[in-house]
Amino acid sequence: MTALVIRGGHLVDPAAGVDLDKDILLKDGRVAEIASPGKLKQAEGAEVLDATGLTVAPGLIDMHVHLREPGQGYKETIATGTAAAAAGGFTAVAAMPNTFPVNDSPEITRWMQVPERGASIRVFPIAAATRGSKGEAINDYAALKSAGAVAVSDDGLPILKDSVMREALAAAARVGLTVIQHAEDTRITHVADKVAAMNAGPTAFKLGLRGWPNEAESGIVERDIRLVAELREARAHLHVAHISTAAALAAVRQARRNGLRVTCEVAPHHFLLTDEHVGLYDTNAKMCPPLRSAADRDALIEALLDGVVDAIATDHAPHAVHEKEVEFERAPNGIIGLETALGLCLRWLHHEWKLPLGRVLSLLSAQPAALLGLKGRGTLAVGSFADVVVFDPKAEWTYNARQGKSKSHNSPFDGWTMQGRVRWTISEGRIAYDAESA
Amino acid sequence: MSPTAAKARRPLATPPVAASPFPYNPGSLLSVQDLTLDALSHLLARATALENQDPLTRARILAKRRIALLFYESSTRTRTSFELAAKGLGADTTLVSSLSSSIEKGESLKDTGLTLRALGAEAIILRHSSSGAPWLLEAETRLPVLNAGDGMHEHPTQALLDLRTMLAHLRPGAEAITAETLSGVTVSIVGDILHSRVARSNMLLLPRLGARVLLCGPKELLPEVAAQTGPGVEIERDFEAALRQSQVVMMLRIQAERLAGLQLDLEEYKAAYQLTGQRLAAHAPKAVVLHPGPIIRGLELTAGVADGPQSAILEQIRNGVAIRMAVVERALMAEQEQGGRA
Repeated sequence: MTALVIRGGHLVDPAAGVDLDKDILLKDGRVAEIASPGKLKQAEGAEVLDATGLTVAPGLIDMHVHLREPGQGYKETIATGTAAAAAGGFTAVAAMPNTFPVNDSPEITRWMQVPERGASIRVFPIAAATRGSKGEAINDYAALKSAGAVAVSDDGLPILKDSVMREALAAAARVGLTVIQHAEDTRITHVADKVAAMNAGPTAFKLGLRGWPNEAESGIVERDIRLVAELREARAHLHVAHISTAAALAAVRQARRNGLRVTCEVAPHHFLLTDEHVGLYDTNAKMCPPLRSAADRDALIEALLDGVVDAIATDHAPHAVHEKEVEFERAPNGIIGLETALGLCLRWLHHEWKLPLGRVLSLLSAQPAALLGLKGRGTLAVGSFADVVVFDPKAEWTYNARQGKSKSHNSPFDGWTMQGRVRWTISEGRIAYDAESA
Repeated sequence: MSPTAAKARRPLATPPVAASPFPYNPGSLLSVQDLTLDALSHLLARATALENQDPLTRARILAKRRIALLFYESSTRTRTSFELAAKGLGADTTLVSSLSSSIEKGESLKDTGLTLRALGAEAIILRHSSSGAPWLLEAETRLPVLNAGDGMHEHPTQALLDLRTMLAHLRPGAEAITAETLSGVTVSIVGDILHSRVARSNMLLLPRLGARVLLCGPKELLPEVAAQTGPGVEIERDFEAALRQSQVVMMLRIQAERLAGLQLDLEEYKAAYQLTGQRLAAHAPKAVVLHPGPIIRGLELTAGVADGPQSAILEQIRNGVAIRMAVVERALMAEQEQGGRA
């Protein structure tokens, strides 16, 4: 494998506590050497990337994406989804198991990782917590882990039954995996044949849409925390996916104070948008959990700034154009997010709300790496994987969803101004994305 | 910086909500909110003029223009009255209903709309069980779309015909509509507010004319958030207290088809909210009684009230034809009057 030198850039590696101008040598898929500008010792013969004026950081890690394979290649494939990820500065993604069939087996877990899938960055499967994600019988976590699963979840659906959730938490803890919960009490959000379409509140009432109340999320989170407390000795780890309400955040905050292993992630759309962004039935503002009230959105921002949130994850959920061009109630949930996460986080979290760049990058890399137990990722310390993003932190650009790398275009951020343009994404020493040749 | 000062975070700037691109077509009537008070005055005046016009002259206004009625839900009043209105102006109409068309075969609303447009439809009148469907149809076809009721959301022509009925009783001879036209008037809307598009359209329309809207019903059918719909909208759970304040009482049907598992004790409901002759005489002997229909005699109101002297239910239906003539005329003439629109 050829060696790469990234020269003249400013290295921000929060996990290593580095925020300095550095040159970096990548060799054999690893970080081989870091030195002050012009001082690399082993750079002879390496290809050189000129990063003058650019920021060099550990590749971003998205712990919550839907790549739609197997089964729904018309929405996205592992190849197109990872191309979108690379364009967004990501070098690793964790793929949720709500595929067709559900990824509840070591076979599918392995299938997703073979070179034939054409991934341009690393894909880490998250396996189903229960058989077929039906919430009844838990899977063989040891087997799934040895096939490469990094966590278990029934994402898209909750694990509702107390007994099953307790068993999942205990079994996952025994093999060192995290249970990622999609906290939605479907006994509240699905009544008879009617499904809640947006956040419950004045806007839903005005639009004549059935509402998804906050308690449907916080109730599950509170129940799960009780189970983690009961399993304290087993060191069970609960991770709350796409947390969206102030009440659920308060529960997580309290659980942490009590010393429990409870973590959470937030999606950019939840800390940027509110239910008013649904406008007049914009199906690109429909997701699960839904966009919440301004008070909930403000609580999410607060929790990002004060450190209660452990990771930013996009919940990248591609859907074909024809699937979203339907009546709001009938439209599938979800939006794409891989190509806008960095631009939105830098524009709003960093520039507007003044969260230091290192903290923003940590939420997008070092912290999700730690949550998933991805060793040697989320940092550029010597010996780590050569997963790097190089971006221009000052560049402003306008997102055009149709020109993205994802197969789908369902984004509420189409036409938005982004800050921070990715120049190169390097995955284990290979250039996975190059803005000049993209 | 003191600890308290550090805690008091300045309010953070957040992404604004983009302005609505709707309506795309100036002839559309998607929501009562699309109409300015001037446009409202004009529509009401046109309704009267068209109603009084010689039918043969009137039939030349939209002679041979093509209008499609697209109905995804059953309807008697609205469908017939839109059809009579369009035909009264000379238009050719065609009815597409979900049970006898390709909709049954799984055709999407977008494709059905594009098909109707390709067949020469110049406007589409849409009744749909999903809230928001008219916005989708308008965005995809860019035709004038008339909302004939969308899910639990709006029913703008019903609110307009309700307004015409109220004005005839309370403000006879009133010409132009202003923000004070209904000052001092309290309108109670009673019953299943949660599932009612008629209630929402009236709640959004009447306060703009100065009316006060009282919503009345049990918690299951009238959540507290309803009071946040806009200014001039309040909740009064005591039916008799609401009656005592009202010049207009609008009774609503319980929409069994939208209850979604909600269990209601009908006897209890009737005891609290049924409009009986006795209640009306005791608490609102002069109020005008409205109902958008279909009425269920013996449930939300008694037969005696429905047929009684205070009932304007059949007037409402007559007003529906006049209002819809004006709305259909506007649908096809608006573009011409404005000289087209980008």
